[in-house]
Amino acid sequence: MSDATEGMDPAVKQTSAELATGVDTDTILQTDGLTKRFGGLTAIDDVDFGVEAGELRCLIGPNGAGKSTLLNLITGALSPSEGAVYFKGHEITGLDPHERIRHGLSIKFQVPSVYEDLTVRENVRLPIQRLASGTERDERMADALAASGLADKADIEASALSHGEQQQLEIGMAASLDPDLLLLDEPVAGLSVDEREEIADRITQLNEERSIAFVVIEHDTDFVADIADHITVLHQGETFREGSIEEIEADPEVQRIYLGGETDA
Amino acid sequence: MATESDDTATRGPLGRLTAALHGPNTMGNSRRFWYLFGVAVLLFVFFPLYMLPSSVTNMSQYLSLALLALSLAVVWGYTGVLSFGQVAFFGVAGYTYGIVAINVTGPLGTMAGLVVAVGIAALFAAVLGYFMFYGGVSDVYVTILTLVVVLVLKTFLDQTAGDEWTIGEAALGGFNGMPGIPDLALGIGEPFLVFDDFTLFYAALLAVLLTYLGLRVLLNSDYGRVMVAVREDEDRTEMLGYDVKRVKLTVFTFGGALAGLSGVLYVTYFNYISPSELSLTAASLPVIWVAVGGRKTLLGPIVATIFIERLGLFLSVNVGDWAFVINGLLLLVIVLLLPEGLVPGFRDLVSWLGDRRSEGETDDTAEPTGEVVE
Repeated sequence: MSDATEGMDPAVKQTSAELATGVDTDTILQTDGLTKRFGGLTAIDDVDFGVEAGELRCLIGPNGAGKSTLLNLITGALSPSEGAVYFKGHEITGLDPHERIRHGLSIKFQVPSVYEDLTVRENVRLPIQRLASGTERDERMADALAASGLADKADIEASALSHGEQQQLEIGMAASLDPDLLLLDEPVAGLSVDEREEIADRITQLNEERSIAFVVIEHDTDFVADIADHITVLHQGETFREGSIEEIEADPEVQRIYLGGETDA
Repeated sequence: MATESDDTATRGPLGRLTAALHGPNTMGNSRRFWYLFGVAVLLFVFFPLYMLPSSVTNMSQYLSLALLALSLAVVWGYTGVLSFGQVAFFGVAGYTYGIVAINVTGPLGTMAGLVVAVGIAALFAAVLGYFMFYGGVSDVYVTILTLVVVLVLKTFLDQTAGDEWTIGEAALGGFNGMPGIPDLALGIGEPFLVFDDFTLFYAALLAVLLTYLGLRVLLNSDYGRVMVAVREDEDRTEMLGYDVKRVKLTVFTFGGALAGLSGVLYVTYFNYISPSELSLTAASLPVIWVAVGGRKTLLGPIVATIFIERLGLFLSVNVGDWAFVINGLLLLVIVLLLPEGLVPGFRDLVSWLGDRRSEGETDDTAEPTGEVVE
């Protein structure tokens, strides 16, 4: 992904897209026949989902398609009924979530999960204190605060932040784990247009400058078109389509399932 | 605050200790707090000079129980695991100490009894905690399960009146309990220090003081911050790469050991233990102490334990059977009016008064008013 850091403008997107669809990148995440049943309901049905290192992938699909379930199976919050998850060449299916995180996974939850009663600084400290101490810790905390745009709000309680600031804070915390793959569950739900742009910039910046691969669940098609290299459409627990934004947008079948089932703005 | 590690690098060992005692997780980070703290410690140190001997020995009982309250403050207040089982570890340690100290005579027996009792209490907590936390028991089910453990243990101990429940020289004694438990003593062969009356008071005072300071360091350390993170949001903490189950198990085990220490000091005060220490009432008392004092503090549980126990004694002397009713009502009022607890309520009152005063006289208060407590 070194090419991707050259440009700082929209042309970069094209570069990353080319890389993602190119040949020589490594697979960082791969699910193999992943299946999750809740009683009689099959939420995820035999899904083979792969992500390349440094790729920026969006995962879309109507409500109830199984997107969050797939993410939970990847992080280990849920155990699969069948199938396996491979991360950086190792099977991680049986590992606890914190062990997967230590292998280089990271997640931002759908509902912003920051520690509301702690200050912003204490929030940022938690992921970093495990990885660094001394002056390095201080520097990384300062960097994370600055990158989240919260340097001047470091000493207020996280509960006092706006919804958008909490999203930024949680992305900052998830990113400060130095992950190879960062999973974002609806990072811009309920945000204003400006805030969406900020989050989009943040994601592309992390992707390009730090080569973090992303899987982003999002309903907002403009946002998806803005950031994604590559899109996976999930429908009724199965992989429905995969392809570039143009291919997906042009696909009449995708239009059909979305217009049929999609109600979210 | 912004550059913690710079501070610790430039300070000496004393500076490092001071830094370790302070942080967002404990109250009282100002100079004024430590002055008041020093005065309070001196009042305790000279307590025997101005109080009746009976008050002093009573106080050593309350101080022993304050350790039990602290054990719950760590487990519940700071890690979010509401345990009704602290008295189980307290009781198991008390009985274990009795069995060892009665059988192995001399100070070595009592010292061994202390170590074994605290170890057994910790082991008991570790086994129970392992099956709970790794077995997927959480939240309210931990509370129920720990309470059931206490009641099962009490029911069992009530049945131990027969001769078959005599271990060496020590008879468990059923609901009559186990009398003749020796005082803690230091020495080899002949004891050179026996902890009874005043010496037990000072031992309990020292134990509470060291535990309080030690817990301040723990709670403001990286590990203490993880404990608080587990309390606030287990899923988020797990997804930051922390082993939440292991944190809960470790803290629960530590809490068991601390409750065990409390149990040993307590039985050496009465030289006696009975299953009533594991009754439903006894199991709920630590929860009340911690809730009334302020569960997200360390001082709160200590203050509340002494206050509630002393008040209980006062009321039972003066109003007899009404003591429980009045005490209960009073605690209810406190919890309803001050949901965060007595000590945080007092802190808020002090800073509110400070605010009012600084509004009245504009100058003269260069110090920020929040400084009193934060």
